[in-house]
Amino acid sequence: MATKLKEVDVVVVGLGWTGGILAKELAESGLKVVALERGAPRSSANDYSLPNIRDELRYVVRHDLMQNTARDTLTVRNNPTQEALPMRRLGSFLPGEVVGGSGVHWSGHTWRWTDMEFKVRSNYEERYGKKFIPDDMTIQDWGISYAELEPYYERFEYTAAVSGKAGNINGKIQEGGNPFEAPRAKEYALPPLTPILASEMFSNAARNAGYHPFPRPSANASQAYTNPDGSQFGACQYCGYCQRFGCEANAKGSPHMTVIPLAMRSPNFELRANSWVTKVNKASDGKRVTGVSYTNILSGEEFEQPANIVLLCAYAINNVHLMLLSGIGAPYDPAAQTGVVGKNYCYQTGASATLFFEGKYFNPFMNAGGSNATIDDFNINWDFDRGPHNFVGAYNVGGGFNTNLPIGYRPVPNGTPPWGKAWKQATAKWYQTAMVINASGSVMANRSNYFDLDPTYKNAFGQPLMRMTFDYKANEHKMGTHAAKVINDIAKSMNPTKLNAATARTEPWTVVPYQSTHNTGGTIMGTKPSDSVLNKYLQSWDCHNLFVVGANVFPHNSSYNPTGPVGALAYWTADAIKNKYMKNPGPLVQA
Amino acid sequence: MEKPESPRHESVCKDPACKDSSHTESTAPEFDRRNFLKGAVVGGAAAVSGTAAMKPESAQAQQPAAVPAPEPAGYSFLNLDEAAFIEALVDHMVPADELTPKGTDVGINIYIDRALAGAWGKGDRLYMQGPWKKGVPSQGYQLPLTPAQLYRSGIEATNAHCRKAYGKSFDRIDEAQREEVLVGLSTAKINFDNGLPVRVFWGALYQSVIEGMFSDPIYGGNRNKAGWQLIGFPGVIAVHRDHVAQYRGKPFPNKPVSISDMS
Repeated sequence: MATKLKEVDVVVVGLGWTGGILAKELAESGLKVVALERGAPRSSANDYSLPNIRDELRYVVRHDLMQNTARDTLTVRNNPTQEALPMRRLGSFLPGEVVGGSGVHWSGHTWRWTDMEFKVRSNYEERYGKKFIPDDMTIQDWGISYAELEPYYERFEYTAAVSGKAGNINGKIQEGGNPFEAPRAKEYALPPLTPILASEMFSNAARNAGYHPFPRPSANASQAYTNPDGSQFGACQYCGYCQRFGCEANAKGSPHMTVIPLAMRSPNFELRANSWVTKVNKASDGKRVTGVSYTNILSGEEFEQPANIVLLCAYAINNVHLMLLSGIGAPYDPAAQTGVVGKNYCYQTGASATLFFEGKYFNPFMNAGGSNATIDDFNINWDFDRGPHNFVGAYNVGGGFNTNLPIGYRPVPNGTPPWGKAWKQATAKWYQTAMVINASGSVMANRSNYFDLDPTYKNAFGQPLMRMTFDYKANEHKMGTHAAKVINDIAKSMNPTKLNAATARTEPWTVVPYQSTHNTGGTIMGTKPSDSVLNKYLQSWDCHNLFVVGANVFPHNSSYNPTGPVGALAYWTADAIKNKYMKNPGPLVQA
Repeated sequence: MEKPESPRHESVCKDPACKDSSHTESTAPEFDRRNFLKGAVVGGAAAVSGTAAMKPESAQAQQPAAVPAPEPAGYSFLNLDEAAFIEALVDHMVPADELTPKGTDVGINIYIDRALAGAWGKGDRLYMQGPWKKGVPSQGYQLPLTPAQLYRSGIEATNAHCRKAYGKSFDRIDEAQREEVLVGLSTAKINFDNGLPVRVFWGALYQSVIEGMFSDPIYGGNRNKAGWQLIGFPGVIAVHRDHVAQYRGKPFPNKPVSISDMS
């Protein structure tokens, strides 16, 4: 029997970037906030310190900061005719499971998604006609604009110490930045990171080919920094252990050293770690939620936490799972094309080439999370004509390094034997003398890519696992072909001693190996309840005191890392709750 | 602070499972150490006291008090057949040459043993609820086995294949035959009679050899940072802030540092 606790104003489920931002903002505004985080509390000083944080086996291979699949996982399949089976250990993506969430182990790449995404259907229909978009491609406009989000992007970038070079300030193109970016009001919080040889060589080759390289904006503080909230950052040490690791220097913008400690300072805030939320409880009229049920995983005790507002701020996939388990909103049915919860799950795709340069030392162990140069000429550049190539979407291309540790990264030319003396010779010769050029590509929503509850498999709490049905479609294969050619042309122009060329991906999506922790969709935002779960303020159309925050709100996936808009939308939602909802609780957009 | 490095070759065997590995090249199985030890188990107390008598207790007493004795490299999980298999495997995959010592001298066998004996080997973080179905390759690992169970049945199946094909277990066949077996495993040309999918076993086995070569020495492999020295990986470096410009395009000094060096 669950113990019923005293009602609070706000319960936050999951304490990473989004939960941390909302908890801080709402607690500071005077609301009583309780955060329930399934993971354990960890701190930079105690847990991410030298030398133990420099442990590839523990953090990369054994997933020390990640979701424990023994307790809860997903079932996966490529299409609805297959039987889904459990993802028995992590592989393709890595949701975080500590206080700070995936914001602890990310690399820091922080992008501003533009109206090219937010108005995706309108843009393509206007330029190419309705028939250009395949029938099964369920892309739709987001119901929000870049102009609305711009100040919130800035807020997040300054909070997280994003280092970069602006390409467009109030419409004026800036030398050295990304000329295709949407206008920003101000420069980045910090100047770009020190370039590395691989990013410089890529930039030169890209420039020679007529493209527009720029340093990747990243929440790795290029110098010591104090953010507008007063949080202190050390300077990035280019240690080479960024992705998958907590930062001992507090140089990587992370919620556990910014917004969460600020929330903790407020007497209105309480963190309960090791608390696993199993359900959002609905009022009998179905128009409101009354709070959440959770289990203290240290004791097994069950609790009910009543709250006036519920904020789902877990990892994207887990937010969708909670919505399905709680029966809020109509589950999506791909056959009947009805329902919305679970709809438009998207992922990302890519292609990459490895270039071997005899005698050139790239020092792949010396870099920040964002030590890349990027081109957006085939990405947010709307002048790039997709018509002849017949695909919807975009990709960015980058050259550089991020966390190239030796268990996982030992480039050798194709055809090298996988063991023995020849393998050792090639491994020794090329580890330091190779570099990588890769493309990250968007995935458009498709009718048959979605989430629902699995009919067979259960988690440790006896609840159905969520089922992921996903595969790449012809659209992504066409884009991959285009990307591989661009990569290989740039690579060849650099005259490497040897080249492992990029190839377009054509095989099905697989749950191994690691690909990207950029899972999006499932509880998407939109303009009307018939085709979305949330309105533009990430407020549930069904229950007005429920907000769901994270990449799960994206109606499709772009080529960019998702954390920029995830952080901006968290601030946007915080403002909407403080300034609109609290004054007049009810739907912020009329259905 | 630099700590004294433990000797690459242990001159004194202090543990029954610490072999000098010469048996892996032996073609006279009746005299090898493994059979002797198997006999010892069957033989009971007398034989056990025999192995105990092999331990030169006086050596311990002679150690200067300030210098800890090197950790005995015994096995925690692998049985005698499995240890012989793993030793032969890692010495074949990582042969001794001017680049590195051989796999057992790098401690890859010890790394694998410790990994299988520990939480990972017992299925930590592995979703182990049925029903169990084969699925398709894109669905990943679907066997009802912990890693330790997978290795146990995979080694047994590989040795069964070797006995059928060559009349001997993997550790007793010659180099060319071992090469043939590894090619057969890695290309899934070999089928296991016990039904275990060879690709799954090989994938796990290969990955753990790589881990034993390149993970921090704290886990028992990469002894003397041999794997890191091979490629010039600096290991547990504290800061590269100045190096990133200073060494741009230039080789960085190959003096890797491990967790224990900095602890």
